[in-house]
Amino acid sequence: MSLDVDLDHAREGFRLSARFSAAPGLTALFGRSGSGKTTLVDIVGGLIRPDRGKVAVDGQVLVDTESSLFVSKHRRRIGYVFQDSRLFPHLSVRRNLLYGRWFARANGDGAAADLGAVVELLGIGALLERRPDSLSGGEKQRVAIGRALLAHPRLLLMDEPLASLDEARRAEILPYIERLRDEAGVPILYVSHSVAEVARLATTVVILSEGRVTAVGPVADILAQADTADGGSVLEAAVVRHDETFQLSVLASAAGELQVPRLSAPVGAPVRAYIRARDVMLSLKPPEEISALNVLAGRVVAISPLANGAQADVRLDCNGAALTARLTAKSVQRLALAPGRPVHAVIKSVSFERS
Amino acid sequence: MTPEEWTAVRLSLLVATTATLASLPFGVAIAWLLARRRFWGKSLLDTLVHLPLIMPPVVTGYLLLISFGRRGPIGAFLADEFGIVFSFRWTGAALACAVMGFPLLVRAIRLSIEAVDTRLEAAAGTLGANPLLVFATITLPLCLPGVIAGAILCFAKAMGEFGATITFVSNIPGETQTLPTLIYTLTQIPGGDAGALRLTLVSIAISMAALLGSELLARRIGVRQMAA
Repeated sequence: MSLDVDLDHAREGFRLSARFSAAPGLTALFGRSGSGKTTLVDIVGGLIRPDRGKVAVDGQVLVDTESSLFVSKHRRRIGYVFQDSRLFPHLSVRRNLLYGRWFARANGDGAAADLGAVVELLGIGALLERRPDSLSGGEKQRVAIGRALLAHPRLLLMDEPLASLDEARRAEILPYIERLRDEAGVPILYVSHSVAEVARLATTVVILSEGRVTAVGPVADILAQADTADGGSVLEAAVVRHDETFQLSVLASAAGELQVPRLSAPVGAPVRAYIRARDVMLSLKPPEEISALNVLAGRVVAISPLANGAQADVRLDCNGAALTARLTAKSVQRLALAPGRPVHAVIKSVSFERS
Repeated sequence: MTPEEWTAVRLSLLVATTATLASLPFGVAIAWLLARRRFWGKSLLDTLVHLPLIMPPVVTGYLLLISFGRRGPIGAFLADEFGIVFSFRWTGAALACAVMGFPLLVRAIRLSIEAVDTRLEAAAGTLGANPLLVFATITLPLCLPGVIAGAILCFAKAMGEFGATITFVSNIPGETQTLPTLIYTLTQIPGGDAGALRLTLVSIAISMAALLGSELLARRIGVRQMAA
């Protein structure tokens, strides 16, 4: 899948001006609320006509204002999972699920997904005869995802599908979205303003700020620049074992071993650790007799002072994995940090949060 | 009840049912246009639809007479081309009732369409349904209670319509003499009071049955949507 977007759209004193191409996998549109994420997704989905520009999926042009081309939303075959699920209140869960598939079949799309497989993927078998009203928020979102999938879309848009849910419900849905990304093979454009979600799910990240694309690239490279709000880094890891005595999980990453609060993921499962820059401490010598459980050896790659000059983000290379530490300018000077200098990054286990 | 009274009751039911069923598709279409679309002349259409509600019924009846009468431009055309005659026929009474009930029908349906969440319609669109199918599978089922309410209002109005009917198609026994026009006739002749009272009771019974029926129907639809 490739998605090419190049458009300008103005409304009510707001300007969206976006240009990017997305690679296969899950592309996260990341930015604060009001940065134009939903408008952008609505344009891709065909709910809004852009003032100017072009959108193409897999080379097929869906909108091109120059040649006055506009493919209406029911012909786009783009699934849309809305923030507010939008299940049809007068239809059962089963009929909601089958709604889109019926049109996909009617259009001669023989490859339309199998109900049983989607129901199994999303764990909604027990809900089929229920009415949308009687579902919890998390169940509604899973049904909405299933409904979009069964229409056999070539691209799935997800507009903050977890925003209206509490932490527990989020944790319940995130694994299903991961399975979707890895098993269903449907490319996804995922809108979020949560760093944790993006860090966990994204393959590619597009950062949107005040209607403009400020960065595009693989998640590990981009997230460090994300709005510099916390400038965190992502480490790909796998669960090695669980320490039941202390309720910890041990993860193996390229940078080294990490101990984090007990995860529910099984041993061997791939996970992503998101480490906020301000949670990382640097030491020139291997620290001894400290409480922090995680010490990663690395080398300074670059030091970029933040806008106010009092702090700096120090980028490290820990055995190939990128890690960022946010320090005061004073600490940078005291340790005489400079590119190439070997250091030890210290991260407290309690600073990890489950997403 | 006398045979004359039975005939009038039967005719009234026929006229009101025909008027309601025949105007329903047009009512739904215009209500949808007014609720969901922006177009040039929208307020003009809105005004035209509501005009019979505001004008004296006699004026509406007279306008029907000069346009749909045998010599009226539309009436002559329909009679010559399709053999459809309205003047002094029960079909004319149905037309008059339909025109008088139309504003009530459109109003109720329009309000219920406006209450349907357009975001659901957009969601149906992204799932592959074209606008017509979105209407048939999402909008219409969700606004059905309003459609029923509008149809009942239209039916009730048609059962009671007097001014436009008598002006347009007169008061011919067996052809255009409906329940209200017969009651009127009976009150004008000596000894007609008993008949007028009987028909009044029939009229009340039909109105109540219609209301009850719509109530039951609405509840059944509610239950079916619940079970679906």
